[in-house]
Amino acid sequence: MNEASGKVQREQGSPETVRARAGRIYTPYVDIVERKDEIIVIADMPGVDENSVDITLEKNVLTIYGKASFELSEDGRLLLHEYGTGDYRRVFTLSDEVDREKIQASVRNGVLKLVMPKAEAAKMRKIPVKNGAYN
Amino acid sequence: MLWSDLERIGHFFDPFRDFERAGMAFGFEGPSAVEFPAMNVWASDGNAVITTELPGMDPEAIDISVANGSLTLSGLRKAEELKEGESYHRKERWDGRFKKTIELPFSVDASKVQARFSKGVLYISLPRAEADKPRKISIKSE
Repeated sequence: MNEASGKVQREQGSPETVRARAGRIYTPYVDIVERKDEIIVIADMPGVDENSVDITLEKNVLTIYGKASFELSEDGRLLLHEYGTGDYRRVFTLSDEVDREKIQASVRNGVLKLVMPKAEAAKMRKIPVKNGAYN
Repeated sequence: MLWSDLERIGHFFDPFRDFERAGMAFGFEGPSAVEFPAMNVWASDGNAVITTELPGMDPEAIDISVANGSLTLSGLRKAEELKEGESYHRKERWDGRFKKTIELPFSVDASKVQARFSKGVLYISLPRAEADKPRKISIKSE
């Protein structure tokens, strides 16, 4: 662990950031798409599969945590270093419009996809307009 | 907007991203400073290993070509297709066509290059060409 990440974890200070495993925690890049009946969260988490990602929902706080596994090259020297490896963590606050019971998650090729159906009440309703005179 | 909370929280609780930005000032390269896809390269005397992060891509959509002392990686990473009435609330993931060439420390034997794709990470092993390997020259004593 480099000095930098140690500093981040100390400054965070909350118990959940205290980890037994050394290493950095990265914020994954995320897309959020709103569809008619659902909200999709897509997170880039290379090195993570369906067995190494934890999704927790506590009250309205949704946390995604991915433990990445990487095969590190043992021999030779590092010539180019454009990315660091570590775990991923990101926290979202859900609004009431999501149906919490029906959230689905899948991981494919290092990308986590959360499908969150909208609760019935939040779905957009089209209100028919009748042609008629005022009473 | 119902998701404004999320947007705001996203900004507030992103200390790592800010940290990464600060890190760049000290000479560490954050992911955003690097052209997609980010690569790490290791090399020993006889072999080079390249690892690169291509999350969400199918291996068939990745093109690797090796010529003498350089490797070119190209492909297309598609964004989520939106239908009418759908919209992005947040879009941080990179998409588009990419082509990235890096110089290798030596000439490689293209026929022996191996590539493997697992969990969004591409591993490429490049053995050094026999002809390029350093030869020990024996010195005759007179």
